Amino acid sequence: MEHAPLLTMRNITKTFPGVLANDDVSFDVHAGEVHTLLGENGAGKSTLMKILFGLYQPDSGEIRLRGEVASITSPTSAIEQRVGMVHQHFMLVPTLTVAENVALGLPSNRGFRTDLDAVSERILEISEQYGLSVDPSIEIWKLSVGERQRVEIIKALYRDAELLVLDEPTAVLTPQEVDDLFIILRQMTANGTGIIFISHKLHEVLELSDRITVLRNGKVTGDTTPSETNRQQLAEMMVGREVKLAPDKPHVDLGLARLQLRDVSVKGDRGTMAVDGVSLDVHAGEIVGIAGVSGNGQRELAETIAGLRPAESGSSVTIDDADLTKAGPARTRAAGLAYVPEERMKDGAVGEFEVSENLLLINHGDPKFRRGPLFDFAKIREHCQRLVDQFSVKTPSLETPTSSLSGGNIQKLIMARELDSRPSVILAAQPTRGVDIGAAEYIHSELIEQRNVGVAILMISEDLDEVLGLADRIAVMFEGRIVTVIDREAATREALGLAMAGG
Amino acid sequence: MSQFFTVSVLVATLATAIKFAVPYLLAALGETIGQRSGVLNLGVDGTMLLGAFGGYYTVIQTGSHLQGILVGLGIGLAVGIVYAYVTVFLHAQQGISGIGIFLFGLGFSDLLFQELVGTPKPIRPLPTLDKLPGVGRIFEPLVDIDIVGPLLFDHNLMTYMAFLLVPATTWLLMKTTFGMNVRAVGENPQAADSLGVSVAKTRFIAILIGSSLAGIAGATLSLQLAIFQHNLTNGIGFIAVALVYFGAWRPRWVMAGALLYGLVTATRIRWQSLDIIPQGASDIAAMAPAIITILALVLLASRVRGPAALTRPFSRH
Repeated sequence: MEHAPLLTMRNITKTFPGVLANDDVSFDVHAGEVHTLLGENGAGKSTLMKILFGLYQPDSGEIRLRGEVASITSPTSAIEQRVGMVHQHFMLVPTLTVAENVALGLPSNRGFRTDLDAVSERILEISEQYGLSVDPSIEIWKLSVGERQRVEIIKALYRDAELLVLDEPTAVLTPQEVDDLFIILRQMTANGTGIIFISHKLHEVLELSDRITVLRNGKVTGDTTPSETNRQQLAEMMVGREVKLAPDKPHVDLGLARLQLRDVSVKGDRGTMAVDGVSLDVHAGEIVGIAGVSGNGQRELAETIAGLRPAESGSSVTIDDADLTKAGPARTRAAGLAYVPEERMKDGAVGEFEVSENLLLINHGDPKFRRGPLFDFAKIREHCQRLVDQFSVKTPSLETPTSSLSGGNIQKLIMARELDSRPSVILAAQPTRGVDIGAAEYIHSELIEQRNVGVAILMISEDLDEVLGLADRIAVMFEGRIVTVIDREAATREALGLAMAGG
Repeated sequence: MSQFFTVSVLVATLATAIKFAVPYLLAALGETIGQRSGVLNLGVDGTMLLGAFGGYYTVIQTGSHLQGILVGLGIGLAVGIVYAYVTVFLHAQQGISGIGIFLFGLGFSDLLFQELVGTPKPIRPLPTLDKLPGVGRIFEPLVDIDIVGPLLFDHNLMTYMAFLLVPATTWLLMKTTFGMNVRAVGENPQAADSLGVSVAKTRFIAILIGSSLAGIAGATLSLQLAIFQHNLTNGIGFIAVALVYFGAWRPRWVMAGALLYGLVTATRIRWQSLDIIPQGASDIAAMAPAIITILALVLLASRVRGPAALTRPFSRH
């Protein structure tokens, strides 16, 4: 027998009440390769990885590590068996230093006392070997997102991980940081580490992977390599039907400027200037995409346009020539703004509310839903049922708590509510983040339809594919300013990436 | 006013301030450790009352101050086990269960006092170091040094213990693996859990240390005052919780807060005895420490962020 794979998961089945999360899944990883696990939310990727990391036990099937049957009962036992995991939401303690975060949970050479000097020394060795430069004595909260991710990788390497799981590692990175990460990962595979890469960004998957396994509804639906496939095919394996990756966009003549921003400056939560003199027009019939790495003022700008955050004096925000600079959210909405916020569960919907209550969140005061002083529940049901049907929100009932829907369906619910108000301007922040391909496709086509009928759309997105696919013009934000505005036809991924990094 | 600004009166006031600060400091250091692990304990005052009665009753029975303090520690530990079980394993709301501990301590300490002692009996107060057998001879000449003597050497053993606990607590939190675990579970318990640090165990131990110190603080209070009565602490435990916020969860600043509180209290009492504060205004003057605490909290503490997971029960799902 030649080299046994580093990891073999054979015929893994795992059920939860009412759900078959993994259905006879087999998957293996060899030393020195990147094996991508591709699938939509709920396809069973994270269940499979949680089984590998000891958080769940499979109902049937077996796991072998280096050819030997392995029993992985907890994260600690996974780490002991040299399986490392970089979680999508970093597992770091912000107030502790890099060295402390790395040392956490491990016994110290000096017993009761910590031995951070020795830990730091080893961290520097690892950094040098893999080009992961980081200062061990610095607190995590002072680091950029890319640097934090490096700390997560160092944590796993420090524990001698031979198999590393990376759960959507590029979701929070700039294009430049993604390139750096891929160089590091290739260095690791060259040293014999096996990597499981989880992502739904298809061009990254094609660039990095040695092999690709696609999951859908808990089953393996594809097993391929980058040279044998392409984006279109991968997307169809994920969704199980034909998909349009690049939505059709008919030509539309530009109308008047409906949303006008003039010298908008806004302070962030820490009192520093988060948005610094932004001027931008969005015309009827166009989608302007704001690209940029998160934290460069996009959130503050969106909140200001929505009337949720005061602008500094000298700023001006108008919709259809109505001055809304100091208007607050109610008047801004009345003037024709629809707002799809970045954090859908924090700002877009109330998790504990029923689906129908969230659908009514912005217009429950409308007289047509009233009978005297009371709600007219028959009317409300009829209205909500129409929206749910029209926007194909998949929900068991109108009374279902919103938090139990999937991200994609919650986003469709928010879109239904916002678009039903017949807006003149739509402000959509990260409209498809964490949303599966099917729902994203639907949301994109809905935005384009609104554009076609003369709505002005400002879309903020960290996903370059989304910006390139939808926008007519692209503005890049860096450190609170719009550094460039490019027509879609003239935009390239490289030029945008450079502008996003401030170059 | 002039009679206050004499060297001897100022020195005596400062020495009293240091003595007053001790129960606050012991309780607040314990609460600092608990809060750093992410657990707020509003029951400190109740634990102190139980420790205070336990220490007092032990001295009545045995005459031993050391045993009195140890009984205070034991009572604190026992209450801590209950509180830790309820909050860590049953995931109870910390604010509410802490108030439960306070009310229990308030009522039960008084009940025990009524049943076992009845009328207040004074006990022998904690002796200052120069009165102790053995070491007393070393300290006796030191006490007589001008200014420094009464300020630094005319104290009981618990005062020194309390102030030595300040660097000891910092060391525990910053230089030991246990302290690192405490800070990690108070800030991001999911991260600690993912690396095999037991959130439950770490919090359990942190609560036990904190509650034990609250018990010791109570016993120290009753042995310093040499008496017990209904609600002896009069809110000291709650002030101690506030001092943790005031001190931004750092032992040194918590100590500064305890000293400030002791100083304001000592000054008020001195001014009353010197008739600087008129008789009729004594109730208003008694509010001074509380008002100063509130002002300090508003001005200082709101700028510092506490442990991110403070008051949040942890479970994996």
